[in-house]
Amino acid sequence: MRKVAVIAIGYTKIKEHWNLSIRDLFTEAAITALNEAAIDRVDALYVGNMASGYCQHQEHLGALMADYMGLKSPPAVKIEAADASGGMALREGFQAVASGLHDFVVVGGVEKMSDVLTSDVTYAIAMGADQEYEAFIGATFAALSAMVKRIYQHKYHVSDELIATLPVHCHEMASKNPYAQYPFKITVEQVLSSPFVAEPLRLLECSSPGDGAAILILCPLEKARNFTDTPVEIAGVGAATDTIALYQRDDLTTFKAIIEAANMAYKMARVEPGEVDVAEIHDSFSITGIISLEDLGFFEKGEAAKAIYEGEVAPGGKIAVNTFGGLKARGHPAGATGIYQAVEIVKQLRGEAGKNQVDGAEIGLTQNVGGVGGTAIVHIFRRLR
Amino acid sequence: MTKEAGIIGYGAYIPMYRIKASEIGKIWGNHNGHLPVMEKAVAGIDEDLVTISVEAAKYAIRRAKIDPKEIGAVYIGTESKPYAVKPSGTIVAEAIGATPLVVTADFEFACKAGTEAFQACIDHVLSGRIKYAMAIGADTAQGRPGDQLEYTAASGGAAFIFTKKSDKTLAYCEGAVSFVTDTPDFWRRAHEHYPMHAERFTGEPAYFHHIISSVKTLMENMGLRPSDFKYAVFHQPNAKFPVKVAKKLGFTMDQIKPGLLSPEIGNCYAGSSLVGFAATLDVANPGDRILLASYGSGAGSDAFSFVVQDIILEKRNPIPSVRSLIKVRRYIDYSIYVKFRGKIRA
Repeated sequence: MRKVAVIAIGYTKIKEHWNLSIRDLFTEAAITALNEAAIDRVDALYVGNMASGYCQHQEHLGALMADYMGLKSPPAVKIEAADASGGMALREGFQAVASGLHDFVVVGGVEKMSDVLTSDVTYAIAMGADQEYEAFIGATFAALSAMVKRIYQHKYHVSDELIATLPVHCHEMASKNPYAQYPFKITVEQVLSSPFVAEPLRLLECSSPGDGAAILILCPLEKARNFTDTPVEIAGVGAATDTIALYQRDDLTTFKAIIEAANMAYKMARVEPGEVDVAEIHDSFSITGIISLEDLGFFEKGEAAKAIYEGEVAPGGKIAVNTFGGLKARGHPAGATGIYQAVEIVKQLRGEAGKNQVDGAEIGLTQNVGGVGGTAIVHIFRRLR
Repeated sequence: MTKEAGIIGYGAYIPMYRIKASEIGKIWGNHNGHLPVMEKAVAGIDEDLVTISVEAAKYAIRRAKIDPKEIGAVYIGTESKPYAVKPSGTIVAEAIGATPLVVTADFEFACKAGTEAFQACIDHVLSGRIKYAMAIGADTAQGRPGDQLEYTAASGGAAFIFTKKSDKTLAYCEGAVSFVTDTPDFWRRAHEHYPMHAERFTGEPAYFHHIISSVKTLMENMGLRPSDFKYAVFHQPNAKFPVKVAKKLGFTMDQIKPGLLSPEIGNCYAGSSLVGFAATLDVANPGDRILLASYGSGAGSDAFSFVVQDIILEKRNPIPSVRSLIKVRRYIDYSIYVKFRGKIRA
């Protein structure tokens, strides 16, 4: 298997892009990346997206984006795995280069959620849950995650105040991120006084819809120096699935798919959790982020919130987490999120992370989740000297 | 010949019934959430667009001290026509004594229909064909039970009589801009009782984009800055938007405060910015410059610059001010509200 590197990145600001269509968003980010890489061909294109069929009545994004990017008829396909679509698209691109099938691969993620009403966005996202047993009877992702939070708090006796420290941390990070959807600080008091979305989850504990696109360009590591002085290696990849419906799981306070995906990625990269300098984790809801930090092996079960409170996830702490704001504050354009996470780790490892730069970051990790742990995908990145 | 049109009389009318937003919230389970206004004005069982228009028009004529027979145009901007087909303007023109030598029409452009009527009246009187032209913006706005608009959709309106600028006019228009695009943020299809809206799309790309564009264009055309205006009035769909758009454009709370009525009366749609304009004229002094910027979904914004004239001081009494009209209020509960607004259908 060949080693794979990221040689260029591109992304749009995350916001309600009222004046840009889904193809505009994707091509805007892609052109930035293509200009940076200056490659003369694209061998394949993978487009991560969750809900274009529902929100835009547009499928066949592979051909559409290849067309609008002006590419010369490469194979192109949309990858869908709920809000892990971006992460899974990256895995496809990685495999294509690692296997030797393709040399120059564009991997992107895009989501345009402002084209439809909130109720439609809610339903589009709920389509990533089990339609027959969950979504059909009205369980939204917020409702399902609320149950997870309740059980977690019951089992580990972790207070609302402590759990609220994750969104507070994410907003603190996003306040220095120029492309974040919500670049402002919030307080624990604001989180705890915001209205319930689904009790016990409050508004400021939930990520919200946003529009955005992010792009990575991959090539074999051995060729990467021809295109950039700062290639970043994708050193480990792991992906796993779990029962899609929550009622079939033994324990809702841990996500088996995250543990399995992480173990796979750590093993491939020959990295221990303690060696990771910076991580972008999937905090679709505060509780999802808390559980992720534990299942990724960074903290003991029931301890993550306390660690956040003690500053262990801030740059300079034990492990810097969501240094661009995470899903909560950078934004969560569902199918693009996994690629934004990778873009952010690449920026950190290149030393281009601006005010939230983690000094001397060598190893970075992204963790992208589909649904409430139905899919999990972990990538480990390594800075090259 | 003067190239400017002036206002010789104006009047407003706000029905006395009020329902508190918290009363509506109580019904729909919004006990501690954000409420877009404090309360809104509700037309009584015997009130509709026409009665509201007539009340406002009568105050305007009294203030103008003119013979209504000389009013050559009556235009009503509204989206609450009692008849789908049959003009409301004829009823109003007849009630105020302006018929039969009068042109009337009902204008529709969501919440900016009233200022559309302004544009027509200004050009009418400047052409010299008509001496006095009346523009009314009024609504008994419809809000679907349980919808966010139910908190704000209110009743009320204002009437303005235009003529050529003279020492009898109380304010004159020194510039106007209309900024329109096809932006479907809010609509009501034929045969539907209640409008639909596109949630947050009604904000940035609709309300804010259009008002900011019309006002900036007007100020650029005229070489004016926000500080050149004593007062500013913006369309008021809720309590928050007019404050936010004022801030974005560089206007202060002091400038918008006299005309900011939505927290107390809600959004009376085509009447919204016009009632605010009337309330501002109530307190303005000669020489004051007033910005008026409407917003109509669909979408567009009309921006005007008016300059207040000397005679305004003599035209205040005995016509009740908008603020004094607002003070007359009777609170009703949700059950009376749904009866008044015809929401109970057998």
